[in-house]
Amino acid sequence: MTDDELIWRIAGGSGDGIDSTSQNFAKALMRSGLNVFTHRHYPSRIRGGHTYVEIRASDKPVKSRGDNYNFLLALGDSFARNPQEEAYYGNEEIKPLSENLDELREGGVIVYDAGLLDTDEIENFDERVEENDWHVYDLDLRGLAKEHGREVMRNTAGVGATAALLDMDLQYIEELMEDAMSGDVLEANLQILEEAYESVKNDYDHTHDLRAPTGDHDEEQVLVSGSHGISYGALDEGCRFIAGYPMTPWTDVFTIMTQHLPDMGGISEQVEDEIAAASLAIGASHAGAKAMSGSSGGGFALMSEPLGLAEMTETPIVLVESMRAGGSTGMPTKPEQGDLEHVLYTSQGDSNRVVFAPGDPAECYEQTRKAFEIAYNYQIPSIVLYDQKLSGGHQTIPEAVFDEEPNPDLGSIVTEQDLEEAAHEAGRFKRYMYDAEGDREGVSPRSLPGQKGGNYLASGNEHNEVGHISEDPTNRVLQMERRMAKLDSIREELDETTDHQPVYGPEDADYGILSFGSTKGVVEEAVDILNEEGHSVKAMNVSDIMPFAKADVTEFLEGVDEALVVEMNATAQFRRHIQGQLGRFGEKLYSLLKYDGNPFEPSEVVSGFQTHLEGNADVSDYNVRIESATGD
Amino acid sequence: MSAFNAIGEERDIDRDEFTPAIEPQATWCPGCGDFGVLKALKQAMPEVGRTPEETLLVTGIGCSGKLSSYFKSYGFHSIHGRALPVARAAKLANPGLEVIAAGGDGDGYGIGGNHFMHTARENHDMTYIVFDNEIFGLTKGQTSPTSPKGHKSKTQPHGSAKSPIRPLSLGLTSGATYVARTAAVNPNQAKEILAEAMEHDGFAHVDFLTQCPTWNKDAKQYVPYIDVQDSDDYDFDIHDRREAAEMMYEAEDALYEGTVLTGRFYVDDERPSYQQEKQQSGDMPEEPLAERYFDEDYEWERSYDLLERHK
Ligand SMILES: Cc1ncc(C[n+]2csc(CCOP(=O)(O)OP(=O)(O)O)c2C)c(N)n1
Ligand code: SF4
Repeated sequence: MTDDELIWRIAGGSGDGIDSTSQNFAKALMRSGLNVFTHRHYPSRIRGGHTYVEIRASDKPVKSRGDNYNFLLALGDSFARNPQEEAYYGNEEIKPLSENLDELREGGVIVYDAGLLDTDEIENFDERVEENDWHVYDLDLRGLAKEHGREVMRNTAGVGATAALLDMDLQYIEELMEDAMSGDVLEANLQILEEAYESVKNDYDHTHDLRAPTGDHDEEQVLVSGSHGISYGALDEGCRFIAGYPMTPWTDVFTIMTQHLPDMGGISEQVEDEIAAASLAIGASHAGAKAMSGSSGGGFALMSEPLGLAEMTETPIVLVESMRAGGSTGMPTKPEQGDLEHVLYTSQGDSNRVVFAPGDPAECYEQTRKAFEIAYNYQIPSIVLYDQKLSGGHQTIPEAVFDEEPNPDLGSIVTEQDLEEAAHEAGRFKRYMYDAEGDREGVSPRSLPGQKGGNYLASGNEHNEVGHISEDPTNRVLQMERRMAKLDSIREELDETTDHQPVYGPEDADYGILSFGSTKGVVEEAVDILNEEGHSVKAMNVSDIMPFAKADVTEFLEGVDEALVVEMNATAQFRRHIQGQLGRFGEKLYSLLKYDGNPFEPSEVVSGFQTHLEGNADVSDYNVRIESATGD
Repeated sequence: MSAFNAIGEERDIDRDEFTPAIEPQATWCPGCGDFGVLKALKQAMPEVGRTPEETLLVTGIGCSGKLSSYFKSYGFHSIHGRALPVARAAKLANPGLEVIAAGGDGDGYGIGGNHFMHTARENHDMTYIVFDNEIFGLTKGQTSPTSPKGHKSKTQPHGSAKSPIRPLSLGLTSGATYVARTAAVNPNQAKEILAEAMEHDGFAHVDFLTQCPTWNKDAKQYVPYIDVQDSDDYDFDIHDRREAAEMMYEAEDALYEGTVLTGRFYVDDERPSYQQEKQQSGDMPEEPLAERYFDEDYEWERSYDLLERHK
């Protein structure tokens, strides 16, 4: 735990503008040349309830929220003290100071709104401050905001105080404010910012050492979330149709796409439910558009039947599944990786689908593009699986990640000229040909409604080559085998063209850590710490979930003595998937599981690993669970 | 050059073009009303002037859902209750297509009831044919949303305590801009109504009475029928929502008392279709989305140009 990084936490009541304030502050840190990672903690309610946003900034790469934090900006909760709103929302008291102290690092800095909070109300506050060598600054943020503008602007005062305490230049913050506001509001905010800055500079003795780190990007950075990565990947693949029904956290992608589609000549539809949403994506794709839909847990459950329909009619679609803690409606605003098996096995019969699980915003972009490419080339549904953490958490990545040419190719579509020569039967086009020639096994040519000479029947019932319903056993076997062959062809193509499963850490390490999706960055940081401590550890974050990256994971596991499988669920779904796919290695795999609604921190992975090494496979902490290896 | 040359092609169209060269083995029972829908639809097509290849017929699951097997056009045999969401997106992606959706009363008013309500509300430019046989056919005769109160079946042995749904009223209140009822036993009217429904710019809902001799014992359940347009007893303004609603109410009650009232019940030619509304507000492109993928000169916008806000 080093202090050459800033982990700034702003805490207060949900709905008090914490989000926008922190977004701007994160950008200002990025503009000053730092790498930034944001983590949002909020309760499942619209107003009220304790919430915080954490911004971690360093000149080194930051891949996770880090361990604990070192700067607290504690705002009071204004609405809970407003009698009218109190009557409506209740008077639960928000305690941005006391609720956050447990995770504040030794030597950390506290700025709190003395206009709203009183340290006397906190048990043993002074003792704790002394014990932990915390540095406390009280400032009447509310008073300052009221004096020059309005009470809600106290966030700005807090940012001004932060800048003064960390010796930061106000320039970036001011520029961002100028971009976002104008007129009186801008004037008032600028004034509050400067007043707070000056008063902290002049009126307080600075007793702490913490300073904002300085950094220098060698290339232009952007601050984006995983949902931006997915949305932008879809847009660059030529996706111009989306249908959805709101559900947290999938709503992020749905709103980002909807914000851009009409202006980009596309169509977005908010529909009556998720069954309709997936069905609309199928209809649009059938008629010749690149289309997507998506949801979270419960909404995705409703898509089970249309998912099978897309597979059976061989209509390409991309579905996004943003996991939140389940079961049922579970914890809407908390991350978990508990929908893995749901996504892998939902829908009846031997149905096929492709599943990618990107690990960070850059991978979200790249793999969503891949998901579209595979879906359209192979006429199969693909799913991009990620979670609430990656959905809304922002991270700095090079702008160049997005500097890729668009690919609007519909894939495996015949033209009207092709149709003149193509095989027909009884006046209908053999759209589901068994022995189609082409470089992709299992893929038959597809015509679009409106094309001359291309008529056929797409059917979710088993069908013959022109699409007529058929229960003929020979036809059934041929069609089944053709559809099933696609996954093998896709695996081959992925093995040849992509490197989704890079190894992190020394190639010849003795121990391995396996993860999937958003745990990638935390694991990588843990690997660095462990190797610094003298262990020999490498990691692999698996993104090719289906068809599974068998060769890569086998090679990885053959090279290590044991491997820890880190995942955010209670039943070790990913470990089971690995064992099931590879049919071996059970005795080498043990699990580190977390399912309390919060993402892993690097130290938890480190201690999970150490706990196991010491032969102590018991619970190391009540929030995480270690499970020993099971033989196959 | 367009990628969809079949769309808008002007030529004489023969009803036989809609018959597959080798007819799949018919799974409909002898005397089933579904044959009447198929026949009326084939006869209506030449009047509308749409070719098989610019027509997309989306069906649900049920005996009714088999319509797309016996009708040669582009077809999509989807899942139970979901024909409408598939159909309306196809229409949005390529508005040049003549889109027809069809399914049974269980399919459309039961499992797909929510989609029916919302597709009508949005007033998509398409035709929706509901095969109304007051029964679940394919799953062997269970009570359906249009079965009469007291109807006995294996799943309601003591007689259904539920009042039947009012399909016409439901179509009207949901926002359909063309609502009609016809019957397989009335082929001429059926053909005319289907042709009109297809030509209508908006959501046209046709409640199509189809007898099911296998599970609804009285195969002649819709005879005799009365055409409200031909009869002097029924005088109402078809463009007036209130008068139409009253007329529908009467027709829906009468059906279970043995009087089969058919014909056009409501027509609104004024309201723009969903697609027109969306295009006018800039929410949807003028040219078909589907065409764009074939246009080599089209400049695809890049996400890279959106990054300003993230810097
Ligand atoms: C989700 C789902 N539930 C149930 C079924 C079984 N099922 C098939 S057709 C049908 C009812 C058919 O009745 P109706 O829609 O009135 O059509 P008909 O056969 O009378 O034309 C049912 C319940 C199904 N295919 N899918
Ligand atoms: S069961 Fe009824 S609806 Fe189905 S085919 Fe036979 S007669 Fe027609």
